[in-house]
Amino acid sequence: MPVSTNSQGLPVWRRRTTRAQWLQYLAWLAGVSLFLLCWKMISDNTMWVFVEDAGRQGADLISRMTPPEWGYANVLWKPMWDTINIATLGTAIGIIMAFPVAFMAARNTTPHPLVRSAALMIIVSSRSINSLIWAMLLVTILGPGVLAGIIAIALRSIGFVGKLLYEAIEEIHPTPVEAISATGASRLQVMNYGVLPQIMPAFAGISVYRWDINIRESTVLGLVGAGGIGLQLNASINSLAWDQVSVIFIMIFATVLVSEWVSARVRHAII
Amino acid sequence: MLTLSGVGKRYPTGDRALTDIELTLPKGQVMALIGPSGAGKSTLIRCVNRLVEPTQGSIRLEGTELTKLSGQKLRQARRSMGMIFQEYALVDRLTVMENVLSGQLGYVGFWRSFLRRYPQEAVVEAFRLLERVGLPHAIDKRADALSGGQRQRVGIARALLQSPKLLLVDEPTASLDPKTSRQIMRLIRELCAERDLAAIINIHDVALAQQFADRIVGLRAGQIVFDGLPSELTSEMLTTIYGEEDWDTTPEPLDDEADDSEASSYQRGLPTMAAGSAR
Repeated sequence: MPVSTNSQGLPVWRRRTTRAQWLQYLAWLAGVSLFLLCWKMISDNTMWVFVEDAGRQGADLISRMTPPEWGYANVLWKPMWDTINIATLGTAIGIIMAFPVAFMAARNTTPHPLVRSAALMIIVSSRSINSLIWAMLLVTILGPGVLAGIIAIALRSIGFVGKLLYEAIEEIHPTPVEAISATGASRLQVMNYGVLPQIMPAFAGISVYRWDINIRESTVLGLVGAGGIGLQLNASINSLAWDQVSVIFIMIFATVLVSEWVSARVRHAII
Repeated sequence: MLTLSGVGKRYPTGDRALTDIELTLPKGQVMALIGPSGAGKSTLIRCVNRLVEPTQGSIRLEGTELTKLSGQKLRQARRSMGMIFQEYALVDRLTVMENVLSGQLGYVGFWRSFLRRYPQEAVVEAFRLLERVGLPHAIDKRADALSGGQRQRVGIARALLQSPKLLLVDEPTASLDPKTSRQIMRLIRELCAERDLAAIINIHDVALAQQFADRIVGLRAGQIVFDGLPSELTSEMLTTIYGEEDWDTTPEPLDDEADDSEASSYQRGLPTMAAGSAR
């Protein structure tokens, strides 16, 4: 802000220059216009005949879903167990693979800039593909079943855990690392004593959070044949057995609720 | 024992941190390095153990040229130089004992250190050092549960567990209260005497430096401008090192002295009383 004075000769302070202020108003105008434009396009492309009876259709669906066919739950225990296993094993494998990748990707621990680029490449490619798509690919390669699901979850988790972990590594306090190096410690020892203790809380939090996400993601993997409760969900929807679908929904909801609770407890205990 | 000749450091940004430093430190000498912030004190001691790479000159420790070392050789050289830091630089989430034992990392292999299986002699020595610095009760505490003075004692024990020949001390008292500062300086001084260690101590507090060091070196803008005994450090010398300032430590007269002589004499009386009781 350039210094200026008012009529009484007192200095004036504004947060922005007049030019910057106008530019900001302009940016807001552009943003709001874009939003309205999108709104109009969506509304033009909607077939309102279908939307008009949405209330009736929804009510019809709910009436078909209730009462849930509770007896069907007995068939679901096994797939639900599979789902939890897919999530847990997938997360574990993902973490084991993400751990070294994160150290290679962090600017302050990477052995070489080229290694860093390669590690970032792994992280980006893992993150850019959704678990469901990984599962589709793996079902084609490995055939349908739980194994494809586990590997799909693991591959997707590498990117997530790796990215958050390498950011945590880059944010550590540098002085303890300096101090450990000054004792004559080797690179690995510096990682073990200087870096690892500092990222442990972040690491635990990230892992449990990813496990929590993976429980939710693994419930849909069955839609493409990768095992778990999604398989049952798909079958029930295809046979229009909506009272079975509602049982599955309730079970997924309960499982996610429990996993949220577990992850909150674990995070609290570690940090 | 430690000889720096023609040492210079230029950072990649082009800033010259050190220019042509000539310094010889005999065995057992405690040297205080004073100078304004940014004069290159930290850079100088970090050049010695190569946390910062000097760009010029040679640094020799007992005949070993330090500037050319790398890998295993550098690690071995670092073992003989213990470093103590301003903010203690402990690993907060490790216990006091783990922090002290990390001073042994240059001596043990990765798996031993990973599994915390340190040699028996090292463990005995760690216990002895914790006793010596006055923290035998804190062994199992986490480092972040200690007070500033206690943390610095852990830092000192870690440095000594390296069995160093030289201590590099970077602003050991900058985050401590005056009493703890004196205790820490006295401890460092005593330990140097016990083990016949040489030490370079970066310090801002000139009075502490004069009291606890054998020799004072003044650094200004990366160059040595004073090198002598603590008693030779005069006000003129301080002006050369730090720049113009009134170095007289007696209290400045108060402005309203003439108006109310009774009140002002009371006010003037206070500092002397306080100083007297501290002695």
